[in-house]
Amino acid sequence: MKGLAFDVAHLLAGGLVLVSFMQLYQTRLYALLNVFAVQAVLLSLSVAWQAWVQDAPHLYITAAIAFLFKALIIPIAMHRIIARLGIERDVENVVGIGPTMLAGLALVALSIVVMLRIAEQADPLAREDLAFALSVVLLGLLMMVVRRNAVSMVVGFMSLENGLILAAAGAKGMPLVVEISVAFSVLVAFTVIGVFLFRIRERFDTIDSGALDRFQGDRQ
Amino acid sequence: MSGADFDAVTAILVVPAASAAALALIANYRVSAVVNVLSSLTTLLAAATMFVFKPATGLYFLVDDLNIVFIVLNTFVAFTTSVFSASYIGHELETGRLTPLHLRFYHAMYQILLFAMNLALVANNIGLMWVAIEMATLTTVAMVGIYRTQEAIEAAWKYFILGSVGIALALFGTILVYMAARPILGEGLSGMVWTILNAHVAEFDPALLNLAFVFLMLGYGTKVGLAPLHAWLPDAHAEGPTPISAVLSGLLLNVALYAVLRFKLLLDANPGAVAPGPLMATLGLVSLIFAAFMLYRRRDIKRLFAFSSIEHMGIIVFAFGMGGALANFAGLLHMTMHSLTKSAIFFTVGHIAQLKGTQRIADITGLTVTQPWLGWSLVVGVFAIAGLPPWGVFMSEFLVVTSTFARSPVLALLLVFGLLVAFGALMLRLQGMAFGEPTGGDRPSTASSLPIGAHFGLVLLAGIYPPPPLVAWFQHVAAMLR
Repeated sequence: MKGLAFDVAHLLAGGLVLVSFMQLYQTRLYALLNVFAVQAVLLSLSVAWQAWVQDAPHLYITAAIAFLFKALIIPIAMHRIIARLGIERDVENVVGIGPTMLAGLALVALSIVVMLRIAEQADPLAREDLAFALSVVLLGLLMMVVRRNAVSMVVGFMSLENGLILAAAGAKGMPLVVEISVAFSVLVAFTVIGVFLFRIRERFDTIDSGALDRFQGDRQ
Repeated sequence: MSGADFDAVTAILVVPAASAAALALIANYRVSAVVNVLSSLTTLLAAATMFVFKPATGLYFLVDDLNIVFIVLNTFVAFTTSVFSASYIGHELETGRLTPLHLRFYHAMYQILLFAMNLALVANNIGLMWVAIEMATLTTVAMVGIYRTQEAIEAAWKYFILGSVGIALALFGTILVYMAARPILGEGLSGMVWTILNAHVAEFDPALLNLAFVFLMLGYGTKVGLAPLHAWLPDAHAEGPTPISAVLSGLLLNVALYAVLRFKLLLDANPGAVAPGPLMATLGLVSLIFAAFMLYRRRDIKRLFAFSSIEHMGIIVFAFGMGGALANFAGLLHMTMHSLTKSAIFFTVGHIAQLKGTQRIADITGLTVTQPWLGWSLVVGVFAIAGLPPWGVFMSEFLVVTSTFARSPVLALLLVFGLLVAFGALMLRLQGMAFGEPTGGDRPSTASSLPIGAHFGLVLLAGIYPPPPLVAWFQHVAAMLR
């Protein structure tokens, strides 16, 4: 039983990292959003599995929020925004896909080396979860760095948040307050982002954040 | 525990929250400005009672000698800023930069920000503190973007993205602290409570704590505005309404600093963990020197003082990183002096920018002739922030430098170098603005002199004769910080 619990958790968390990699090489926004939805489904499965293994029923709520909000509502809403703005082909990478993938590999290697060595005392389930979670966080950061388009930056940010929730679920017995607040803050963050996207579209007719850089502070 | 104990903490949270709800409903901006001031004053008075009736420590709230300094400073500057804001916003409405609806939003957000900052300061729970800081960030993002100009939206977007990444890293650090605490304290709430963590931290796994501190330092350090992560700060200060610049510089940076200090205390108490001091001192020194050079190229007056905030946060973090009774004392004093001086400078700059209709330094000249009161206030403010005697900033900078000289002369030389570079830049810019050829903008100002006068008065008092009870208090806290 212990072996199975570990293997399934490992599989799901590993799946999350794999999907994070898939996000890195998507060249269309719709495809990117679909991959993000897959990641959210994997996240909710992973959290639900942790809930079952740890016998922590409150984690089911986190799993349900992740599924409803991140796998359904956000991708659908983003699809609509993209359709209305007509920007589905506008994914621009600052760095090429090859170097990005290599950087991603290096980040995953880094997080596994760091976490597995440091958290030797923690039980193996939590330890591996934390290592994968750190990988997802770092890959999300990488995505935000290499993309110039505002929508894909937002997706990178949400993918980063997925890593955080994976880590919070893996930390056994972490109080409920925190999980709900994480989910809630994502919601707040999204409304803020939504407002921004609208305003940005109104003002610039583009949501390529490179266009925002025309205004460079003091260089007037 | 008596009834009065409970009330002070509750009051500084409930009053802003309730007034935020009320302000969202009041349509007349004059009424809401008055309500804003009264509510901030009530919060300040409630915070001041904490000196006399010390609230009891629970699982969620904590008031000890360290955070009481932050709370009182926070509520005081929030109050004076609300007075300044009342004299500032009317003009924004006349020029059409803001509509009455925007003002309703602005006032409600101001109180929510005050609530979030107070919550972060009194929280006895690392999770609750994180939530409060996140809330404060989102509130200020909304306020920075309130003018809806291209520049304001870019500033808010940049602030939002960098702030969220910072806050996300801080959450990962928070989870790691809980992971380190779990084997000792068991599962559940107690692994996130400051007072319990502090009592048992010596038994935690040092390696996990080290890693946690890296994330926490980067995460909350972004919010402090430390050098490689500061990019949001100048834009957010320059494009938002000036009262928000004052609150950002004077208060929100301190709240993030408070979080860093708490985690530093935690690591200091664990014998196996790496000493957090050198990391903080390095980041602080880099911020100071970088910002000092950046001051020379500024053309926008609010950006100039935003970079000066980065510089001063660098000095403060450096002082706390050096540690020891004297350096900690200097850090606390410098933090207080910087908050008071910088917010007063922003009050002055806000009125100046309104009268001149521009924030470009090149277009703001000869202020001491056209606007004697504001012009001389600016001169006083820049002298004070540049660290000239007899102002309080001189005193605290002097203490930082002397305590560093005693322990590491090389670092002290770098510190003095940074301070001198910044001094030169500020004097260079001030000369044109205050004493150049007068250009227009000489209609009478409606500036409220009370907040500016009160802040400079306190800074002068601290420079000439710091009140002994205050010195004793700061010494006590400095000893607590190790």
